[in-house]
Amino acid sequence: MAEQLARITEVHDLGMIALRGDLDAIAAALGMAAPDRTSIATEGDRMLGWMSPDEALLILPAASRAADLSRLTEALADRHALVADVSDARAVFDVIGPHADDVIAKLAPIDAGTMPAGHLRRTRLAQVAAAIWRIEGGFRVIGFRSVADYMRLVLANAAIPGSGLGPR
Amino acid sequence: MTHVPPFRLPRGGRLIDRSDQLGFRFDGRHLRGLRGDTLASALMANGQMMMGRSFKYHRPRGPVASGAEEPNALLGLGQGGRFEPNQRATTTALVAGMVTRSQNCWPSLDADIGAVNGWLAPFLPAGFYYKTFIHPRPFWKHVFEPVIRRSAGLGRAPTDPDPDRYEQAYGFADVVVVGGGIAGLRAARDAAADGGTVTVLEQSPHWGGRTPVDHAGGQAAIDALLSELRAMPHVTLRRNCMATGLYDHGYLIAREALADHDPNQGIPRQRLWRIRAGRVITATGALERPLSFACNDVPGVMLASAMRDFIDLHGVTPGQRIVVATNNDDAYRTALIAADAGLDVAAIVDARPQATGDLPRAVRDRGIEVLTGSAIAKVKGRRHVEAIAVCDQNGGGAITRTVECDAVAMSGGWSPVVHLYSHCGGKLTWDEGQALFRPDPDRPPLGADGQGIAQAVGAANGDLRCAGDLERAEGATMPVWVMPARAPHKLRAKMWLDFQNDVKVTDVELAAREGYASVEHTKRYTTLGMATDQGKLSNINGLAVLSGALDQPIPATGTTTFRPPYTPLTLATIAADARGEAFQPLRKTPMHGWHEAHGASWDPVGHWRRPYAYLQGAEDREAAVAREILAVRKGVGTLDASTLGKIVVKGPDAGRFMDMMYTNMMSTLKVGRCRYGLMCSENGFLMDDGVVARLSDDTWLCHTTTGGADRIHAHMEDWLQCEWWDWKVFTANLTEQYAQIAVAGPQARTLLERLNGSIDLSADALPFMAWAEGDLAGIPARIFRISFSGELSFEIAVPASRGLELWEKLHDAGRDLGIAPYGTEAMHVMRAEKGFIMIGDETDGTIIPQDLGLDWAISKKKADYIGKRAQRRLHMVDGGRWKLVGLESVDGRVLPDGAYAATDKVNGNGQRVTEGRVTSSYHSPTLDRPIAMGLVRHGPSRMGQVLDFPMPSGGSMKARIVDPVFYDKEGSRLNG
Repeated sequence: MAEQLARITEVHDLGMIALRGDLDAIAAALGMAAPDRTSIATEGDRMLGWMSPDEALLILPAASRAADLSRLTEALADRHALVADVSDARAVFDVIGPHADDVIAKLAPIDAGTMPAGHLRRTRLAQVAAAIWRIEGGFRVIGFRSVADYMRLVLANAAIPGSGLGPR
Repeated sequence: MTHVPPFRLPRGGRLIDRSDQLGFRFDGRHLRGLRGDTLASALMANGQMMMGRSFKYHRPRGPVASGAEEPNALLGLGQGGRFEPNQRATTTALVAGMVTRSQNCWPSLDADIGAVNGWLAPFLPAGFYYKTFIHPRPFWKHVFEPVIRRSAGLGRAPTDPDPDRYEQAYGFADVVVVGGGIAGLRAARDAAADGGTVTVLEQSPHWGGRTPVDHAGGQAAIDALLSELRAMPHVTLRRNCMATGLYDHGYLIAREALADHDPNQGIPRQRLWRIRAGRVITATGALERPLSFACNDVPGVMLASAMRDFIDLHGVTPGQRIVVATNNDDAYRTALIAADAGLDVAAIVDARPQATGDLPRAVRDRGIEVLTGSAIAKVKGRRHVEAIAVCDQNGGGAITRTVECDAVAMSGGWSPVVHLYSHCGGKLTWDEGQALFRPDPDRPPLGADGQGIAQAVGAANGDLRCAGDLERAEGATMPVWVMPARAPHKLRAKMWLDFQNDVKVTDVELAAREGYASVEHTKRYTTLGMATDQGKLSNINGLAVLSGALDQPIPATGTTTFRPPYTPLTLATIAADARGEAFQPLRKTPMHGWHEAHGASWDPVGHWRRPYAYLQGAEDREAAVAREILAVRKGVGTLDASTLGKIVVKGPDAGRFMDMMYTNMMSTLKVGRCRYGLMCSENGFLMDDGVVARLSDDTWLCHTTTGGADRIHAHMEDWLQCEWWDWKVFTANLTEQYAQIAVAGPQARTLLERLNGSIDLSADALPFMAWAEGDLAGIPARIFRISFSGELSFEIAVPASRGLELWEKLHDAGRDLGIAPYGTEAMHVMRAEKGFIMIGDETDGTIIPQDLGLDWAISKKKADYIGKRAQRRLHMVDGGRWKLVGLESVDGRVLPDGAYAATDKVNGNGQRVTEGRVTSSYHSPTLDRPIAMGLVRHGPSRMGQVLDFPMPSGGSMKARIVDPVFYDKEGSRLNG
């Protein structure tokens, strides 16, 4: 029997910090370059995603979360900015495999196959909000914690063996 | 002539595999077909030419077409959950073990009682429903409709759940070519040369469209094109994929059949593609038109192209001795193919005065008689063709001779398939020379940039001879809308236009006589083109007949609207994965699993599921709610309040913003304190409430109702982004970051102190409406001393990932205190006991805070807040507005929620004038009596008066107006 189109795994060891304010100032506080519109920038083990003209999402190892939270709060204290820990508000899934594109293309109204690395797409996954970007061998998908079960289910359904999108 | 059953030809059939026999069942009979057969060709090979009965007159019907346009051969397919009605036998591939049954007949296809309708035909004219059953009025609902509904309808709806999986997928392409015939494949090759991505969708399992059947060397030409396209990396060729609709912005819907033929392999059965196409090329071909001659619906009469498809593709024939009736050269191909297959072609009946093209010449060379200027006066035979009567096309039907035959191939010319082009606004033009509507290239469907998004090519564009050097010279088609031209009523009354809905030439003429000049009205009056085939065969013939009856040119009549889907879409593909567990996302709190394991009976609140109550043992909901309330009032209980909205508002202008958002003054709230606040819409109506905590000098935390979290966050952002874009305020919806637990009851503090933490919970350190931050049981926590139950109460917010841990620790530590989890209903009852309002109960979008006696929460000092101006409107300050009061049932029964209080006065309609209504009503376990709140005219000044609530069942209930606070009016319990 054919294999699943992609392996769906839940990721638990990430921290996430929502940042609102001037994106250049936020990036400077982190010592990294501000992401371009609709992009996600990487610096070591941290990623900074462009969420809107005045909002960014910092994604980092869970272990660095507390330190970064206070470092950023302090660094941005003098300017109009909002720093909020959202690590617990999210569910994160990795979709890895040769047909990961197909899994995403069944759930999100985006051209998954041509989505470049470094692009951050805020969209929907079936009926829930999601953000998607490319990782090694597939995609990372983040959504809200409360709908983690739903996300896991629709991702698994989209990945059932033999259901690839290639013409037959 | 004696009818020889149709049968499988000894040779030929390019799609069938004669070595692979497949057994299947039709109406219980066991039959055999071949791999590669469609159901129609397999049934025909078994001599089963009659495949159904017509909708209105129950006339015997066989297949008339060989593709998606088939109106007659509709079968019920499958069994149980996989049963599907109205499946076209002509496009359904035969599968071993298939179970099929005929439709619209009773007791059987052969002996159908409904056929009596045929005798009644003169009494069932167009619009007969409208005419016959108008009076007496009640008869329609109780007599006529039930009878008609039982005998009407095509097929039966399945009753069991569909066991198969369906899915959707999003596709993107610079160019989508719809149609894999020669025009489509060539268009794809040309488009691919421009460098973009090209997707070709073909409805059938086979490439090439008509070309392999119609042209010598056709298959080779298609194969060559396919190998060229397959070598192009940016071209995707997708078979079994029916494009059903084209919408604005190049949004194309297509259904791909994946496992229709083997649903047990576990993959999705069908997939609905939602494609964004830069440009759409419709290469959808053309459909052959029937000819309107008397009894053109007898089994054995079929489109000329269909007959040669059956012979050439499947090696089956509907008869041994064939007559071809035509108004064009193309139909002569059928004669040639039939003759090549060894069949006897008795004659060609050609309506044109002469036929001298290549094809007629080839036919004559085979010794086949060609009767020009001739028409079929009538087909003889009832269940199958026995002979035709020939007459002059220009005459009135006087029979010149009779030709024995058992099958008739008819061709009234071709109509381009213009559906996709028309779906989102492309216009058609009447091509007088070819007698067809084709896409007007100057008026295509337009995209956002004003440019056309669709272009038609090949036969779909009216270019009927699009096969290039494969084509032979052909003579012109002569429009023939009625055969013979001056047929009397008796013959016209037997000429079928719409086979599926039994609409005849005379029906359309009657509609015209009765004043239905618009083609859209005529369609609905006669039901022409309203069946499951949506008039694919009948549309043009019908409007031509209407034009004739109205004595106007065809373009003046125009076409009806082409609406998607082109062929029926299974509802399952539209629902796709959204069924069962995935029907709708359920939002779950971090403690959801615990609730489930502890007997939660769920209360849907938005997409959340909250425990309504936790049922223990044989308890019902009511008993559980009462137990939970008493546990809280006497000891301590916990409520999962994680679903409440938690929005942070921060910035130099945040105080000013908060003062605008809420009716009360939030800018003066001290850090470390909480305040209950009300939010109104611009029109002054109360839309949400909740406790606001000031976190720091420039930061507030707003709690919203469960259902309000996303809506209120959007409301805030709307004002910030659209109106006050220069205010320095940021918001963040942190609802899901925190698990929040209400710990309520006289033992609440005792319980929390057992958990050990850094926060001083004493009344002095943490007074009512204060909050503090620290840790509790080793978990970072924010504790708010707020109460919605009237009891000593703390709400504890912890990171969501630690919510369950805290919840379990609370329950471990509180066991000896009689701790109980309580659900939303206990919360509702307890707040009602305290006279607290609930958004959605006491409010319904028409209620202002002043109605609810909440004037204390409306700042008099502020210059403005959202809703302030609206609340000064005359209607809002009208002293007659209904206001909140408590209601005490006089006889001890619980008032029905929503019941109206009525006065003795009667309005102009004879109805009693109302003066109030119940907004919340419960049995209070705490007080062991009913309590209720309601909105009553002049209510607060009418304390002690008794209101009359008429009951729907007759009689009435009485309730006394009282103070809405039923329990602990002094509020002493807040301190434990």
